[in-house]
Order: sequence, then structure tokens, then C-alpha cells
Amino acid sequence: MGMTITQKILAEHAGKEEVHPGELIMCKVDIALANDVTAPIAIKRIKELGAEKVFDKDKIALVPDHFTPTKDIKSAEQVKMMREFAKEFNITHFWNEGRVGVEHVLLPEQGVVGPGDVVIGADSHTCTYGALGAFSTGVGSTDMAYAWLTGEVWFKVPEQMKFIYSGKRQKWVSGKDFILYVIGMIGVDGALYKTMEHTGEAIKELPMDDRFTICNMAIEGGAKNGIIEPDEKTLEYVKGRTKRPYKLYKSDEDAVYVEVYEIDVSKIEPQIAFPHLPSNTRPVTEATDVNIDQVVIGSCTNGRISDLRIAAQVLKGKKVNPNVRCIVIPTTQEIYKQAMKEGLIDIFLDAECVVSTPTCGPCLGGHMGILAKGERAVATTNRNFVGRMGHPESEVYLASPAVAAASAVLGRIAHPDEVAGN
Amino acid sequence: MSEEICKGKAFKFGDDINTDEIIPARYLNTSDPAELAKHCMEDADPEFPSKVQNGDLIVAGKNFGCGSSREHAPIAIKAAGVSAVIAKSFARIFYRNCINIGLPIFESPEAVEGIEEGDIVEVNPITGVIKNVTKNREFQATPIPPEIREIIDVGGLMEYAKKRLKENR
Repeated sequence: MGMTITQKILAEHAGKEEVHPGELIMCKVDIALANDVTAPIAIKRIKELGAEKVFDKDKIALVPDHFTPTKDIKSAEQVKMMREFAKEFNITHFWNEGRVGVEHVLLPEQGVVGPGDVVIGADSHTCTYGALGAFSTGVGSTDMAYAWLTGEVWFKVPEQMKFIYSGKRQKWVSGKDFILYVIGMIGVDGALYKTMEHTGEAIKELPMDDRFTICNMAIEGGAKNGIIEPDEKTLEYVKGRTKRPYKLYKSDEDAVYVEVYEIDVSKIEPQIAFPHLPSNTRPVTEATDVNIDQVVIGSCTNGRISDLRIAAQVLKGKKVNPNVRCIVIPTTQEIYKQAMKEGLIDIFLDAECVVSTPTCGPCLGGHMGILAKGERAVATTNRNFVGRMGHPESEVYLASPAVAAASAVLGRIAHPDEVAGN
Repeated sequence: MSEEICKGKAFKFGDDINTDEIIPARYLNTSDPAELAKHCMEDADPEFPSKVQNGDLIVAGKNFGCGSSREHAPIAIKAAGVSAVIAKSFARIFYRNCINIGLPIFESPEAVEGIEEGDIVEVNPITGVIKNVTKNREFQATPIPPEIREIIDVGGLMEYAKKRLKENR
């Protein structure tokens, strides 16, 4: 019986010929990462055990990105703990402010993760690297400590779901709209414990940045992982980045899927997810009467260079509405620099946006743009749960960078055509 | 997981209770269990931390613990004195975190339907038998696979790691 790309990667890393859904396996990991929220607990576990070494100093990544630059004494203590651990155990991949970026953008950019890898991260959006043709998924801090010691993690082999995208996408429609549309269709537990494999001509046509966005939000459908088979675009992206040897996997023709969805992307309009679930989606044209107080353009979902380019395209020559604060967050130093080179930062500053240094910041209600009671934000982030960006009575609407930028100009949820025209 | 019976009052919650409701990110600049317990379930029910007593149970709908991977969520629940969580289903990272740190969890849609807020509930963590003492009804939770049982039986994933590292030496 054939296997999917996910099953093949898991089988190879578990030292098995084949694996079947529901089977419990011990799997070797290529990269195990944690951030300034989750690493401290993992470090504590390691210390409690009195361990003197980790399984492989090159296969651990420590990314202090959530509250960076450290926002208060407590968060500074957490990062200090990571810094000292990295030094003590001679960890290769640790980044300080000035080098650090948002983990799920930074690791592919720096070539730390690559196609065919098994990657675990003590962060739920670790599923992002599926866009490279890797198996990657979020785990907890104790799982992380276990992996740092043994190089292994336990998994239940997930059932497989396939999403086939066809047709030509409309103007302003991006990977973000694809995935919001799909989550709206299947619900926040529609893919619980399963794999979301994205395929079809409309995926092949998508740039890498959009593919990262799609895999990033697999967890918002409850999935274990999201994945896209590597192609020429993937190889182009990893060229010169990924330092380790990598392996390309493809799903067999006769692989078994528990569910298959076919999506005609030409019918998808720019989407917006209403509070308080990412599945509360509707076309943006049905939401243009909602006034807003803030816009956030950034995060591991949509803070990459092409996201900034699209936002700048909409904001060029415009001003942010006087009732709105627009916060733009390039997610790595490299992206920041590239945005400067292309004049995007000038466009944002001329439009009167705030431009922040790389951080997760407001996405999780950490810092750099927290909402007061009753305030509303349109954000290019991934979650709109109660209190996600601040006060429990604030609201977050999820959308693409184009919709977010247009909304910043008009002070209400807006279709990009209303601002940037046809 | 201890072999002790989990017994207490039921606190009921709906579907898709996420980790931001269980422990909001504004408190994630610490990982101190006692500190986290003070804010447990705060954004779902602000009164919860003051109402909950040692041994009480959380009874919730589907997809409990969805969202972030933060282990702070089960740590906060455990430190608040909650003896077990019963839900129609659990989000996967939350599920593994509970196994790994030893917070007893039980999947049983029937039990969730058959328990009301304030009912006294008793669970045997070994057999997975859930008893609604108030209503005198019994339910059986979905059995835990033997490989996972092994992790639970040695006292969580770090104890399991200790055992494995010793074996490999």
C-alpha cells in the first residue's frame, strides 16, 4: 500500500519500512526548537534530571522571540536562562537581539530546517516548515526536554487528509485566504490529530512565503502537521540556505487519505475571520461595516518580505486613518534590511505606521501593541481567541496583509480594491 | 499518574476552550506553577481561580486545550488543585502535555453529557471509570494505548527518560 509524504518521512525517522495511521512510534528528530516562553520549562526539566549533556548540540534551536527585546524583568530572566543554557551546553543555534527573528521565519531563512526533516518545536506553529516538505509539529516543553536528552519523540502516526486546490486566484487573494477559507470550511477541530496535505495546480503556482502561511495555520484546524510536496520553488528557496543534506519525498499515487477536499480557488474572495475563532470566516466584502482601532502586520503567519511588499503596495502614498494605529513588524533582521533596501520602510513611515523590530509581540498579547478593553484589531496573525491581543473584551479579526493594510487606511475592515483600486 | 481516585466538584466548560483562556499569554513571562494557578481559566471564567478547590474536576466539550503548545496550561490546571479533566475530545499538544506532566485526563462524550456543573464526580485513573456520584451514573472513558500507559505508569515523560537513559548506558 502506498504512503504519503508525511508517512514516508516518519517511517524513515522511526527506522521502519512503513508506518500506519494510529501506530505509536519513536522518531528521531533533526531539529528541536523552543522559545523564551517554552524553553525555560524544558531547561528546568533537564536541570532537575541533572543531565550533563544533550543529544546533539547542533540539532537544538533556542529562539527568544516572543517577548523580544525583553519587555520586563520576568521575561529578561527567562531569556537569561536560555542564554546560560546555550553557553553551558554549547548549543549552536541561539540568537540574541540584533540577530534573532520570529522562529518560524528565522529557521527556514537561516537554513536550520530543510526538506525531509522531522522538526519538533515547543511552539504550536512549528507546523510551518511543512512548506519545505518536512514533517514538523508542535509539542510541549517536557517533550522538548526529552528530545534534547534522547534525540527522540513519540508520535501517533496521523491519519491523512488531502486538500486539492485548482483554478486561478483572484487579485489580492493569497495563501492566507486559502487557509482561512479551508479552516472556515472544516472548523477548528476539523483536522484534529490529522495531516493536512495541500496539493494541486494552485499550490504549485503559490510563492514559498504563501506556502509557509498555509502550513503555519494547520494547527488552527487542529492538525498535527501541514505539508506541501517540494518542487522547483522549494529547491530554489533552500538553495544556499540549508546546510545539512536534505531529502525530497513525494506521496504515492495509491496513498490512503481519510478525507479529500477539492477547492476551486477562483471562487475564493479575500477572507476575514471574526472573533473569537479562526474558523469564523467570511468574505471581506461582507464585513466592511466593522470599525477598527489597530492593525498588526507581522507574525510567523504573515511577516515575510512578500507580505510587506503587498502591504506597502496598498499603503503607498496613503495615510493610516487617524483613528487607527498600524504596527508593521518585519520578522527577521534580513527581512527588515531587505524591506529598507526596497523602500518599503519609507512607505510605511510615510503612511504613519509604527515599524517594530522583529518580535512575536502583539500576536500573543505580549507587548508592542496591546489592545484596551473594547478595542478591535485587524491582524495578519493566526489566532483571534478571547484576550489574544490584550484585554479579554478586545477583538481580533484575522486577514491577509492586503486586507489589513486597506483596513488601516479606511479605519474599518476593507477590501484592498477600495484603497488600491483595480 | 498516581493511583489515587480523583474526586471533587465538576466545573463545566463548552467546546474549543483554548490555551489563551486556560492561561492568558500576559502571564507567560513566568513558569512558576503557583503564580500560574492564580490565573487558571481566567479568560473563560474570571471567578474560577477563587472558586476551585483541591480535587475538583474540569468537565468540557470538544477540542479542549486547542491553540498554543504552552505547557503552562496543564501546569496551571494541576497547580490550581484540579484532580482531572474530562472532555469530549482534547487538542493534541494539550493531550501530550498532560500525559507528560501527569495531569489525569479522560475522554468521554457520554460522561460530559451526563455531568452538570456542581455534580460530585469520581474517577478511577487506572480503569477510566467515571462516576457521577450526585446522579448515580457511571461512564467508561476511552482507554489509553499501552505505550502511553507506560509513560504514565513510570510517573511522566522525564521519569521515562531517566529509565531509558539508564538502559542505554
